[in-house]
Amino acid sequence: MRRRDFLYMTGMGIGASMVQGMPVFGKEISVEEALTPVDVRLKKRMADVALNAARSKGATYADVRIGRYLNQVIATRENQVQNIANSESYGMGVRVIANGSWGFAATNNLDNDSIAKAAEMAVAIAKGNAKLLVEPVQLAAQKGFGEVSWKTPVEINAFEVPITDKVNLLLNANNEAIKGGAKYVNSNLFMVNEQKYFASTDGSYIDQDIHRVWPTFTVTRIDPAGGKFESRNALSAPMGMGFEYLTPKDSEQIKGGPLTMYKKRYDLIGDIREATVHVAEKLKAKPVLPGKYDLVLDPTHLFLTIHESVGHPTELDRVLGYEANYAGTSFLTLDKWESKKFNFGSKAVNVIADKTEPGSLGAVGYDDEGVKCGNWDIIKDGILVNYQTIRDQVHILGLKASQACCYADSWESIQFQRMPNVSLAPGKEPLSAADLVKDVEKGIYMFGRNSYSIDQQRYNFQFSAQLAYEIKDGKITGMLKDASYQANTQEFWNSCTQLCDQDDYRLGGTFADGKGQPGQVSAVSHGSPTSRFNGVNVINTGRKLG
Amino acid sequence: MAILSKEEAQAILKKVLSFSKADSCEISLNGSDGGNIRYARNAVSTAGQISVMDLAVSSTFGKKTGTATINEFDDASLQKVVKRAEELAMLAPENPEFMPLLGPQDFEDSPTYNESTAAITPDTRAEMVGKSLQVSKAANLEAAGFLENSTRFDAVMNSKGLFAYNKRTNVSFSVTVRNQAGTGSGYIEQQFNNLDKMDTLSLSKIAASKATGSAGAKAIEPGKYTVILEPLAASDMLGNMFRGFDARSADEGRSFMSKKGGGTRLGEQLFSENVSIYSDPMHPEVPSAAWTEDGLKVKRTQWVEKGVVKNLSYSRYWAGQKGVEPVPFNRSIVMEGGTQSLEELIKSTEKGILVTRFWYIRSVDPQTLLLTGLTRDGTFYIENGEIKFPVKNFRFNESPVIMLNNVEALGKPVRTGSGMIPPMKIRDFTFTSLSDAV
Repeated sequence: MRRRDFLYMTGMGIGASMVQGMPVFGKEISVEEALTPVDVRLKKRMADVALNAARSKGATYADVRIGRYLNQVIATRENQVQNIANSESYGMGVRVIANGSWGFAATNNLDNDSIAKAAEMAVAIAKGNAKLLVEPVQLAAQKGFGEVSWKTPVEINAFEVPITDKVNLLLNANNEAIKGGAKYVNSNLFMVNEQKYFASTDGSYIDQDIHRVWPTFTVTRIDPAGGKFESRNALSAPMGMGFEYLTPKDSEQIKGGPLTMYKKRYDLIGDIREATVHVAEKLKAKPVLPGKYDLVLDPTHLFLTIHESVGHPTELDRVLGYEANYAGTSFLTLDKWESKKFNFGSKAVNVIADKTEPGSLGAVGYDDEGVKCGNWDIIKDGILVNYQTIRDQVHILGLKASQACCYADSWESIQFQRMPNVSLAPGKEPLSAADLVKDVEKGIYMFGRNSYSIDQQRYNFQFSAQLAYEIKDGKITGMLKDASYQANTQEFWNSCTQLCDQDDYRLGGTFADGKGQPGQVSAVSHGSPTSRFNGVNVINTGRKLG
Repeated sequence: MAILSKEEAQAILKKVLSFSKADSCEISLNGSDGGNIRYARNAVSTAGQISVMDLAVSSTFGKKTGTATINEFDDASLQKVVKRAEELAMLAPENPEFMPLLGPQDFEDSPTYNESTAAITPDTRAEMVGKSLQVSKAANLEAAGFLENSTRFDAVMNSKGLFAYNKRTNVSFSVTVRNQAGTGSGYIEQQFNNLDKMDTLSLSKIAASKATGSAGAKAIEPGKYTVILEPLAASDMLGNMFRGFDARSADEGRSFMSKKGGGTRLGEQLFSENVSIYSDPMHPEVPSAAWTEDGLKVKRTQWVEKGVVKNLSYSRYWAGQKGVEPVPFNRSIVMEGGTQSLEELIKSTEKGILVTRFWYIRSVDPQTLLLTGLTRDGTFYIENGEIKFPVKNFRFNESPVIMLNNVEALGKPVRTGSGMIPPMKIRDFTFTSLSDAV
């Protein structure tokens, strides 16, 4: 399979940086190659060459990122493996401030001469840009950390697991779907290891080893006579974990609702069995009647609503207009934050940004401009209290230090502000999803991400789910089809009336969130409990072609 | 320098191939040199120069294939990547859909490369952005934009003797201009192979005029309207449709091209009679490589003729299963149109909505290809052939298949993205809600 076919087939919209072919390392072959990072002493030497070259050409600040990016993808359909691919990408990006402007250059030739040339090129570009300067860059002070390191706390390094074990897991899952009556099934396993080294003229030399994993599938059932087909995707989450995520554990499952829900351990086989039953039900589901419903949103669905309607509009660069030409601006303008009384949501709504949450996609020790990670409130008791910042923005908010939201998806990309994990805090009173449903008279219970769209200032959105169940008088009465809800962000979050408790809290996430020009992807998690939103407008999206 | 000549690329590929011990081996080599400037709030925000080269090796034993890539080019690294691909292939299960490699082919050179684009420097980019900023500053507006250029080469070689090489250039520019109050916004984007066609000053003036003209938008009720889609908006809708031209998905019963009871809709009248669409790698305005990665020739292909589906895309494997010739897809689409300008389409409209562009389009129902998204950066009400006032943005829920059954008129196609797309006049376009976004 070709790279572009693979992208097309997975339909994940993953940026090129995610799928650049891939070196696979099973135990039978040179595992060491993947598992042995570049010697940290060599990286420090290379970084110093770049920093010294930048300084000698007039840079007042410089940082260097040396990145080795390993990706592994296994793609299957039905009883066959479509692709086992590995990518290894290794190089250096140099960012500088000279004459008050940013400049950046990147190279994958890591001899001293090429490194120095890249640093010099970055300075030349900065000086060229300075001719169009309005205000010089104001970079928040950052103490140097010296030589430090951070590693995702994985139990099983996914790159160490033999290829055959992974292939067998996917093919066994596919077999369950076919046995259950599915016509088609695709299953994929994505694994990422970012070996990143950061150094700056502040005196930091930071070595990080970051791991991510994402098992996913699509099960499809066909009704040829009716000319219909229905699919259901996996209800897994991409995680900042090792292969232990794929080791099922009863204590990490929530049962008792219409389907099994997974916390920090995922049962691929169990989920695909349920999905196979679901697609048959979807073919017979009744069309939704348009109108107002109380929505009960499971974390497998709600994470994306949080991402789009809370995560993105609280990015400070978007608020300020730096993203105006691509993803747009934000309705959460500075005056709303300054007022300290802008009702983003109901009092039940508390949203926390956290770059340290274990198992999350955004958990790292330090960001890509050498700032140590932490957590902070974004929405407190429904009020907008903060944004997400990087070093050259903090003066705007009068903060003392950056919130460590800087990230680049590759050594060859310019680091800029990216979303941290942004999560909805669970309710403080004990409440299970099953108990929450009992109070709903006319509602819809939604699971899984499906279609999602939001305007360029994050007011108007439309979302649909993998599964939608009708709730009548506190009981789940059956599956619905063609249900999408349309809402306005502030109205929607102000209609949030109930949140389940910590026991129901789960992470969802996106492996490839797009932003910036040239486009970059980043992986970010969003935790939430099952939550209730009253009186939301639901439309029917069924159509007929001639 | 990441741009290799045909001969230099051939030499590296031959060397890599000499390390192969597999039954068959395919290697692709590509590189790009380019740079960009991003600006916002009337000032440069980031800029960079990037040079990259990558090599991918696919090795096969029997029907077992492994792929590995690398971006280091010393002999040891090249040997390592071949070895890794071979180790992977030995570990891989058999691929029942494996297709034997194609032998030597005779590919045409398409006109994708332009010297003046390849010669762009950081100073060229700064100068072009400077012209754009002149416009916004002079009008007391705020601009955010992006200018990017690249020179790229792609080469493939396999152990059956196939070799192909293509070199291409591209320069792309987009700018969003907003008024200071944040009540009006305009946008334009354009890309060419040839730098000489790119005029950032004129383009920025169009975006600025939309920003000024769209201020103070009125809310009108959502519903079904006649719309005039500027080529950019039309292109946004069509891009999602062409994925459905994949024959395999259609045969498998999981696309809008699937026929009730089985089979595909090839040969059916699926769109209005005034809809004709083709692709041609030799098209002077939208050239593309005349070969695919797996060595197929890309030829002029008629996809839709007078509303009838003339071709679907067949991979080599699926073509073999169906006993037909493979048909590779080409994203450089040309949709034929009329001779009318956008202004003439507006003049002929009694009541309607002019749409500059769409945003955040996502599939809602793959069965009907229903899409949702929003208008953005300039939406206007038309009455009696004239633009009367700006209107608030709408969310739409519409299928491009239904849309192309409601075509009232098509204007003159212009380069839009990587295709040639006409402005379109469409009746009964479905807007489902209003947005406050500017």
